[in-house]
Amino acid sequence: MELFTNQILAGIATGAIYACMALAVVMIYQAIDHLNFAQGEMAMFSTFISWQLMQWGVPYWGAFLLTLVFSFAGGIAIERLLFKPLAKAPILTNVAGFIALFAIINSVAGLIWDFTIKQYPTPFGSSPFLGSQLISTHQAGMIGVTVLLLIALYFFFQFTRIGLAMRAAASLPESARLVGINTSWMIALGWGMAAAIGSIAGMLIAPVVFLEPNMMGGVLIYGFAAAVLGGLTSPFGAVIGGFLVGIFENLAGTYIPGVGNELKLPIALALIVTVLVVKPAGLFGRPIVKRV
Amino acid sequence: MSAVQETASDAPAVEAVPKRAMTLGTGTSLVVLALLIAAPLFVKNFVIFQMTMLLVYGLAVLALNILTGGSGQFSLGQSAFYAVGAYTSAILMEHFGMNYALTLPVAGLICFVFGFLFGQPALRLSGVYLALATFALATAMPQLLKLGYFEYWTGGVQGLVVTKPDAPFGLPISQDMWLYYFTLVITIAIYIFSVNLLKSRSGRAFMAIRDNEIAASAMGIDVALYKTLAFGVSAGITGVAGGLGAIAVQFVAPDGYTITLAISLFLGMVVGGVGWLPGSIIGSAFIIFVPNIAEGISKGLSGAVFGVILFLVIFLVPHGARQVAMVAQHMLGKLKKR
Repeated sequence: MELFTNQILAGIATGAIYACMALAVVMIYQAIDHLNFAQGEMAMFSTFISWQLMQWGVPYWGAFLLTLVFSFAGGIAIERLLFKPLAKAPILTNVAGFIALFAIINSVAGLIWDFTIKQYPTPFGSSPFLGSQLISTHQAGMIGVTVLLLIALYFFFQFTRIGLAMRAAASLPESARLVGINTSWMIALGWGMAAAIGSIAGMLIAPVVFLEPNMMGGVLIYGFAAAVLGGLTSPFGAVIGGFLVGIFENLAGTYIPGVGNELKLPIALALIVTVLVVKPAGLFGRPIVKRV
Repeated sequence: MSAVQETASDAPAVEAVPKRAMTLGTGTSLVVLALLIAAPLFVKNFVIFQMTMLLVYGLAVLALNILTGGSGQFSLGQSAFYAVGAYTSAILMEHFGMNYALTLPVAGLICFVFGFLFGQPALRLSGVYLALATFALATAMPQLLKLGYFEYWTGGVQGLVVTKPDAPFGLPISQDMWLYYFTLVITIAIYIFSVNLLKSRSGRAFMAIRDNEIAASAMGIDVALYKTLAFGVSAGITGVAGGLGAIAVQFVAPDGYTITLAISLFLGMVVGGVGWLPGSIIGSAFIIFVPNIAEGISKGLSGAVFGVILFLVIFLVPHGARQVAMVAQHMLGKLKKR
C-alpha cells in the first residue's frame, strides 16, 4: 500500500510537468484550432534564453519575467510572419509548417547552445517536501505554479473583456468579426500567450529533465496525450489529464511486469486511447455537434 | 471555455479533390513511365538503390494518400504498418526460407488485417484524436519489436539481416537494377489498383465520407465498413512497401521504424499534394533527397535548412505538387488552343 501511495505521489510530481505543457497546448488549440507540434521546441528555446540571461548575471526572477516577455513577443512574431500567410491553406499544410518550425528551432538552438546537457537552477530548492522522499520542494512548487496559472487563466477568460473576445474569436470567428472583434489579432494573442505559458512550463521542467535542445521531445508527447485525454477544449481538463497521465505512467511502470522505461510511453498512450474510445472528446471536453 | 455549442457543419479536414483531378493524363503517365524505365540504365548502383527507395516510399505515401486524401482519415501511424510489413518479409525470408517475391503478398495481407482491426476502435475517433491514437501505435511499435518474447523471431534490438535477391533466369543485370525493376512493376501494379479503387464504388464511398460523413451515411453508405476498409487498404499497401524496403535495405531493425518515418511520410503526402496520387512520388523524392541537400548546404544547421525549404514549399504551393501540375496543365491547355 505504501508503494502504491508513493507511486501515486511520484506520478503527481511528474504529472505536474505534463500538466504545464498540456495547458500550453490547449491554449494554442483554443486560439488556432490546431495542435502545434513545435510548441515544445518553442518552450525549449525560451528556457535557453532565460538560462543565457542568468549566465549574464540576471537574477532568477528577472530572467523569468524577461523570458516571459520575450516568449510572448516571439509567439506573436511567429504567428504574424509564418502562420498568418498560411491561414487559408489546408490544415495539413499548416501541420507541415509546424514540423518545419520544429526542425528550425531545434537545429538553431543546437547550433547556438550545443547539445551538451546543462544544469538549470530552481527557485524552490530541491530538499524533500514535507519529509516525503518522492516529492521535492521544486516539484511541489511546480504543482503550485501550475494551479496558480490555471486559476489566473480562468479569471482571464471569464472576467476580462479581452478574454471574452478571445473565446468568441475561437468558437465562432464569423460572428465574432461581426460584433467588431479583430479575430486575426486574437489568434496572434493566443500564440503569444501559448508561447509564454510554454516558457513557464519549460523553465519549471528544466531543473528536472536538464536543459538541452531535445529536452522537450518526451514531455511534449505526454503533454499532447494529457491535453487530448482531458479534452482539448478544456484547460482544466488538460491539467487533470496531465496528472492522470503522470500517475498512469508510474503505476504501469511499477505494477505491470516486464514494463521498463521503454514501454512506459506505449502503455500510457494505449490507456489514453482506450479512454478516448469510450469518451471520444476526452474526459472534460465538449463533444462537437455535427450537422450536414 | 465558451458557452456556445460548437458545431462543425462544413469544412472537412481534407479539402475535396475532384475524382478526375486525382490522376495524370495518359500522355503524361507514359512519359513518366518511360523515364522511370530508362533512368537506371544510365546511373550508378547507389543511385539505382536510391531510386528503388524512391518507389518504396512513394508506395507508402500513396497508401497514406488513399487514407487521408481518399477517406479523410488522418494517420501518424503509417510507420507501424511499414514496420510490420518489413518484419513479415524479413522473418519469412530468413526463418522460413521463403522466396522474397512471395513474402510481399503475405506482408500486404497481414498488414491489411492489422490495419482493418486497428480501424475498428479508430472509428470512434476523428481529427486530432485519431492522430493521437495512430501516433500511439507508431511510438509503441519499435518498443514492441524489441520485446524479449519475440527476440527469437525479430532479432531484438539487433534486427535481422536480409539477403539481397539475385536477378532470376541468369539475366545479366546487377542485383540493384533487378530489384529496381521488380519494385517498379509492383509500384505500377499498385498504382493502377489504387487509381481504379478510387474510381470505383468503394472509392466514391471513401470520398463521400471524407466530404461529409453524415451526408454519406444518409445516402446509405456503410460508414464504419468503408472507414475501416480504407485503413486496411492503406495498411496493406504500406506493408508491401515495408517488405520491399526491407529487401532493398537488406536489414530490418526496430529503430528504423520510429515516429520519424511516419512524420516523413506525412510530409511527403503534403508536399506531393493531398489526394493527388501521382504526387506521392514527388513527395517521396522530397523526403529522400531534401534532407541530404540540407545536410550538404550546412552540416550544423541541416535541420534549420530543411525547415526553411519546407516552409518555402508550403508558402509557394500550399496544395503541394498537385498545384504545380494544375497550373502546368492549365498553361499547356492555353498553348494548345493557340
